[in-house]
Amino acid sequence: MTQSIQETQEELIEEFGLFDDWADKYEYLIDLGKKLPSLSEELKTEENVIKGCQSRVWLHAKKQGDQIIFEADSEAVIVKGLISMLIRVLSNHTAEEIMKADLYFIDQIGMSQHLAQTRSNGLLSMVKQMKNYALAFSAK
Amino acid sequence: MTLDIQKIRADFPVLDQQVNGSPLIYFDNAATTQKPKSVIDALSHYYASDNANIHRGIHALAERATTAFELTRTKIKEFINAPSSDQIILTAGTTGSINLVAQTFGRANFSKGDKILISNLEHHSNIVPWQMIAEEKGAIIEVIPVDERGVLDLVAYRNLLDASVKLVALNHVSNAIGTINPIAEMIQLAHAHGAKVMIDGAQSIAHLDIDVQALDIDFFAFSAHKLFGPTGVGVLFGKRELLESMPPYQGGGEMIKEVSFEGTTYNELPYKFEAGTPNIADVIAFSAAIDYVNALSKEALFTQELALLAYATEQLSTIPGLRIIGTAPEKIAVISFVMDGIHPQDLGVLLDKFGIAIRTGHHCVQPLMKRFGLPGTCRASFAFYNTFEEIDLFVKALRRSINMLQ
Repeated sequence: MTQSIQETQEELIEEFGLFDDWADKYEYLIDLGKKLPSLSEELKTEENVIKGCQSRVWLHAKKQGDQIIFEADSEAVIVKGLISMLIRVLSNHTAEEIMKADLYFIDQIGMSQHLAQTRSNGLLSMVKQMKNYALAFSAK
Repeated sequence: MTLDIQKIRADFPVLDQQVNGSPLIYFDNAATTQKPKSVIDALSHYYASDNANIHRGIHALAERATTAFELTRTKIKEFINAPSSDQIILTAGTTGSINLVAQTFGRANFSKGDKILISNLEHHSNIVPWQMIAEEKGAIIEVIPVDERGVLDLVAYRNLLDASVKLVALNHVSNAIGTINPIAEMIQLAHAHGAKVMIDGAQSIAHLDIDVQALDIDFFAFSAHKLFGPTGVGVLFGKRELLESMPPYQGGGEMIKEVSFEGTTYNELPYKFEAGTPNIADVIAFSAAIDYVNALSKEALFTQELALLAYATEQLSTIPGLRIIGTAPEKIAVISFVMDGIHPQDLGVLLDKFGIAIRTGHHCVQPLMKRFGLPGTCRASFAFYNTFEEIDLFVKALRRSINMLQ
């Protein structure tokens, strides 16, 4: 059985707790971004683009059994690192779990500035879009 | 006159702060400039002592507020050497000024098949208002191309000019890449074909000397907030015969002479175009910004900025893989750049962690970015209060950020 959304969040908080300066934290984030597999070109469609981001971000979701699988990509590697964490936390969970998820880890690892509602920050739109997918799948 | 930069910096309270643990380096002056303490004080003084609605009241406060408000208009007139204060229309910003001209001059003068020339360098706010009125009137928008350096193609411009061109709408300086356009020559050419010219001066007002009469400009627009003044105040200068012949823009109080249910007569210039209670406090505080710039030598300010530009260009050129976008021979202190294999947003995020404010993205000039085949750039834009040491720190932080990302 996969671990719960809360467990993954705790895991991330612990990982980021190892860094005492921002540069190490961001290097780790950049590394996560680089390691996230690229989305195949045929999934980089206009439909999958998340609006409101300064860099282009693509998010694709599919249902496997009762679980939702997310795949995503971005032109910007820091954004990709952020998505990589969201995928780790939310992917392979049921629509209901995703919709209910309180993503407190973002604040705890000191990344809440990326949730700011400016046009250059896509994290908020990504979370929203992931929850929208969950809602759409649960309605089917 | 040499500038005492440290003394000048002390006049700008916002500069004295730490961001993410480092002293703030503010290189986003093309987006908005910082405000000297005198502007902040004027704003607070107005609300604390003089707050009243203007032009109508006969009490002491209304009189003080009206006098101060109109004094700003006079100072603006002098700052751009307009012939008269009543040709200075106060708006909400450059965008507001351009929309005003599009909806009044454009509505009265454009008809089917008429041409509006804009350039490939324009900000969205000098594109969209013209598209809106062009669509309504059946007018056609044509675009003056730019070359690889970001310089307008004047041969193409000459070829585009003919009797069907009613208006040329052009920025004086490109916000994204800093090109200074040869507007004197371009205005002359437009006039020779009977076209009027609207100059978007948002990016030139703080960095070049503006003389609307010497340049023979028909309409000139700028924003106070890019000239060290408050946000929410814009200026539209227009030639008298044009402003007088234009229909009013918005209807309401202030802009009328007499109102009856049978019909309304409109007020004189500039009030005909200033419906409703204006942004009194910010207009009054803007006066302090103009005083501030006037008290320093403009020439010294511009010299300092160009020295910063030259130094930053030289330093950035030493970074392998970095490409400066916009290499026009005539530029203001704006540097746009891209880095091979790195998205501009990533650099912006990391530089912010170093306390450095630059702008990343398309800078509201998507057609220009498309012209260069880029999704966006990083843009550092300087003002006279920036220093060479800040550029050194910026370049160091940039190298470190690039290392982290590669």
